[in-house]
Amino acid sequence: MTHRLTFSQFTILAFVSVSVPLGDGCLSRGMTSLPVISLAHPATLITAVFTPWIGLGIALLIGYFASYLTALSWADLTYVMPATAMGNVFVALIAHFWLHESISWQRWLGVALITVGVAFVAHGPVNTTPTIEAQKQIGQEVVR
Amino acid sequence: MILNSSFWASAGIIATIVVTSSTGEVLTAAAMKSMGDLDEIRAQSGMKGAIGAVVTCPLFFTGIFFMAAAFFSLLFALNRMNLSLVGPAAASLTLVTNTMAAKFFLKENVDRRRWTAAVLVCVGVYFLAH
Repeated sequence: MTHRLTFSQFTILAFVSVSVPLGDGCLSRGMTSLPVISLAHPATLITAVFTPWIGLGIALLIGYFASYLTALSWADLTYVMPATAMGNVFVALIAHFWLHESISWQRWLGVALITVGVAFVAHGPVNTTPTIEAQKQIGQEVVR
Repeated sequence: MILNSSFWASAGIIATIVVTSSTGEVLTAAAMKSMGDLDEIRAQSGMKGAIGAVVTCPLFFTGIFFMAAAFFSLLFALNRMNLSLVGPAAASLTLVTNTMAAKFFLKENVDRRRWTAAVLVCVGVYFLAH
């Protein structure tokens, strides 16, 4: 079991947290500006990828994905997942303190619950899985 | 809140995102664990070595396939529903399915602490959406 995070590992997890809400926001802005896409014309989803907001969103999500993969190579999936959820907390804090938006008590409760949840995981081990050789066997079982 | 689709259609789209996303993340996590610490690989073999280790793993591409399916399902959902509904619903449900999958397929030690964290984050994401 691994218990401690290095500074670079902490930085990677922080980027995992902030890049998702920013990327999703760009995707949302891009997709809502397009006409409604029907299942009869799925190819229009491909053309949407080349619009500016969707492109920026994808760039942010590629950065997220590279960081996420690196994190998964040294941490458990159940350790990395709550870090991703911290992005929602950052969005709420930015909205309140920077954009001066009013945040309802339900949202503050959500921020508190996520923060406590992340703190729960952060105080535990980073990696609880077996050695690399054992993991290779697990990977083969997952494929089967 | 929902633009041009019924409740069940929306639930179906969100379920598709959750299932494809969980499958992709578990397969990708299994692939990354099978190759070891990427930071160490990069320190020994450079960035090319790290990228090479990732792109030569077949399991990784299986995971990517499901993640791509989840991504296009998300785009499809965002075209019809608000981000404030799709984002939290998909994120919180994926968290629960990922935790179960990590326990049963990745053999992670999902103890009471991690289950509590998963549930707290799941409920927290729900409240954030309201």
